[in-house]
Amino acid sequence: MDISRSHISDTISGRQRLMDRFFQALTTGSAWLVLVILAGIIVSLFVGGWQALVAFGPKFLVTDEWNPVTERFGALVPIYGTLVSSVIALLIAVPMSFGIAVFLTEVAPGWMRRPIGTAIELLAAIPSIIYGMWGLFVFAPVMSQHVQPWLQARFGDTVLIGALFQGAPLGIGMLPAGIILGIMIIPFITALMRDVFLTTPKFLKESAYGVGATHWEVVWNVVLPYTRVGAVGGIFLGLGRALGETMAVTFVIGNTHRMSASLFEPGNSIASTLANEFNEAVGDMHTSALIALGLVLFMITFIVLALAKLLLLGLESRDSAKS
Amino acid sequence: MANDIHGKIQVRDLNFYYGKYQALKNISLDVATNMVTAFIGPSGCGKSTLLRTFNRMYELYPGQRATGEILLDGENVLAPGADLFRLRARVGMVFQKPTPFPMSIYENIAFGVRLYEKLPRSEMDDRVEWALTQAALWGEVKDKLRQSGMSLSGGQQQRLCIARAIAVKPEVMLLDEPASALDPISTLKIEELIYELKKNYTIVIVTHNMQQAARVSDFTAFMYLGEAVEFGDTNTIFTNPSKKQTEDYITGRYG
Amino acid sequence: MDLRYLRRRTVNIVNLTGSLLATVFGLFWLFWILWTTLSYGVSAFDWNLFHQNTPAPGAAGGLANAIVGSLIMVGLATVIGTPVGILAGTYLAEYGGRTWVAGTIRFINDILLSAPSIIIGLFVYEMVVIRMGHFSALAGAIALAIIMLPVVIRTTEEMLRLVPNPLREAALALGAPRWKMISLVAYRAALSGILTGVLLAVARIAGETAPLLFTALNNQFWSTDLMQPMANLPVVIFQFAMSPYPEWHTLAWAGSLLITLSVLALSILARTLLRKVRLEH
Repeated sequence: MDISRSHISDTISGRQRLMDRFFQALTTGSAWLVLVILAGIIVSLFVGGWQALVAFGPKFLVTDEWNPVTERFGALVPIYGTLVSSVIALLIAVPMSFGIAVFLTEVAPGWMRRPIGTAIELLAAIPSIIYGMWGLFVFAPVMSQHVQPWLQARFGDTVLIGALFQGAPLGIGMLPAGIILGIMIIPFITALMRDVFLTTPKFLKESAYGVGATHWEVVWNVVLPYTRVGAVGGIFLGLGRALGETMAVTFVIGNTHRMSASLFEPGNSIASTLANEFNEAVGDMHTSALIALGLVLFMITFIVLALAKLLLLGLESRDSAKS
Repeated sequence: MANDIHGKIQVRDLNFYYGKYQALKNISLDVATNMVTAFIGPSGCGKSTLLRTFNRMYELYPGQRATGEILLDGENVLAPGADLFRLRARVGMVFQKPTPFPMSIYENIAFGVRLYEKLPRSEMDDRVEWALTQAALWGEVKDKLRQSGMSLSGGQQQRLCIARAIAVKPEVMLLDEPASALDPISTLKIEELIYELKKNYTIVIVTHNMQQAARVSDFTAFMYLGEAVEFGDTNTIFTNPSKKQTEDYITGRYG
Repeated sequence: MDLRYLRRRTVNIVNLTGSLLATVFGLFWLFWILWTTLSYGVSAFDWNLFHQNTPAPGAAGGLANAIVGSLIMVGLATVIGTPVGILAGTYLAEYGGRTWVAGTIRFINDILLSAPSIIIGLFVYEMVVIRMGHFSALAGAIALAIIMLPVVIRTTEEMLRLVPNPLREAALALGAPRWKMISLVAYRAALSGILTGVLLAVARIAGETAPLLFTALNNQFWSTDLMQPMANLPVVIFQFAMSPYPEWHTLAWAGSLLITLSVLALSILARTLLRKVRLEH
């Protein structure tokens, strides 16, 4: 076969250069779309909520009135409900996720880690509406018949925390919503904690074992301090998820516009208020107030998630600097 | 010296930088047509870096840049306006580890050909057979052309990569430690192949194996700390080096 | 043995047992929820689900329009979200590198990955529904596409980063332009990984309810018109479960079973594929 080589014409090569530029522009444009969406979300929420923001000013955030009839709106009650249910969720999810992550990285025998890890991850795959259905029809009756009466009898008269357990044991309200949120965010926090625990260098752990440390002492004195930043990042990520969770909360929080010290009382979160009222909003001011509420939710979750990401990024850059 | 033979590639005052770090310093040398030129030297001396400037492979990575001139048949490949695709089609490259594409043996060979030629089926079949024959692989794979290129042994994969480079009919072949990941028998096959190929191609090979350089090359450049310390015909470099550093390296005093 | 050593051992055993109990706690909910969905769902299961439309309050019926509506919207969202996501992931892995633009996009993408889906619903309501003047399946599909985008972008980038650089160099060394190197070699090498990302993203949007509330809404009747409101499983489940009618509750459970089974099947498939990819590299 002849091996003369004048077969590459200028036109082919020129066309390829053009295609190259076109393809790069296409990918760049698609990537920029992410920023466009972010900007679009912020702008559209501002525009939609503008009427309410102008009408109520900063007081919007601290007013507890929400009255479509008089068109007086304040975000305090939904903000309170969002924060309280998320705090309950963290109180449950953080210790449990830590325990599961320790189990998966230090305790479980090798063959068990994968199936159990996958099972925990599947908790995150279950759609939130399923959590809601289950919460309303199965979990709420158990709460009202067994858990809440017990809590009331046990702690109802205790000073300070007694106030948390007053009122009728309805099975729906702040406490059930918080518990379900807690279950929902366990897989997210667990996955991150497990991953950061696994970044602890072997030699660190081995040298601790070498001086006779127990498993627990290695976890508590070596692994946890080494991965503290990442573990906190994981908690923030879980918090970000909990704050914005909609359907599960809407089913069980009670959807009542009232602020109450008792965790048994029904309440409201930003997301559940939106899910319940948006399509039935009467009047422009009501719609605008709801969108302003959405803006508040987006701002809170954005900050929390950004913090989570920054903490995790810090950990990553430390690890890559060392390797 | 190589200068009195027609230089297929002429390197003039080449400097190369990884960010701020200068990896090549004022390299000037000529690569002779249809000969084998070897770059030897200790790890990190810049021999692979030098090879990768010949087809501007470094451009994939931001922060890496070259100054000076590399003339391929008198045309400066480092010039901003140089036609990179044509350049690379004229200059084939084989890497340290075999890099079969995740496709069949046949498709691996046809991939490069299709980039610039529209061949009818039968001609493509011929081209694939020809390239595989050139790479001394045809006999071993002719019954399994549809199998994945990844299913071959390491030595076969490397010859597949050589065949893939040959199929586009390059003028120059750059071999970046092509046998370093292979067993001795596969290495021998590759070396025999290089000997065959130089009839038609200008070959540049980077190797850390001095015996290999001595066996396969006509000219040798010894590189050290980013500089071409000594360049000349292989016999002279290995039997009568003029620089102390070259002699130390060849006699195994460092590296 | 001295007391101190005994105490340390006790602490160790107590805490490790605690970690075991935490795991049991997590698994307990998984099995409880799955068991509930399965038992209620199976008893509500009936072939009428697939050929009757959603009924009026208190009447019997099926979920045919909602099933088809969900398939249409998830399908359309996948058709929109997948190519854009893959291209954006390609930019991050192949072109963007460590530039600050790519860093910013990566950062924002990770935040959008966890952002509340109801906010995406509001956004699409403002951008599409208000402009069209009414709810529509198209708006629903756009909302779902925006939700799946970050998942596809992230996995595509990760999977392309697993493709070894020498493979890229080998393609370029043959004279291949970059777009051919990426589309013919890098994509093929990362194919199963990218597919995993798409599957995970589809699993994520298949059960999404909140963003559809303000976009596709619901439709009691059979409709395949993209410009009109369209029935879909999640919103039907929501509406029916919150209603006082037992017939609707039964249908809601049947719908839950369908969604849970498909989402779990997709997730498990994706995970299996992912494990294969990880083993290869």
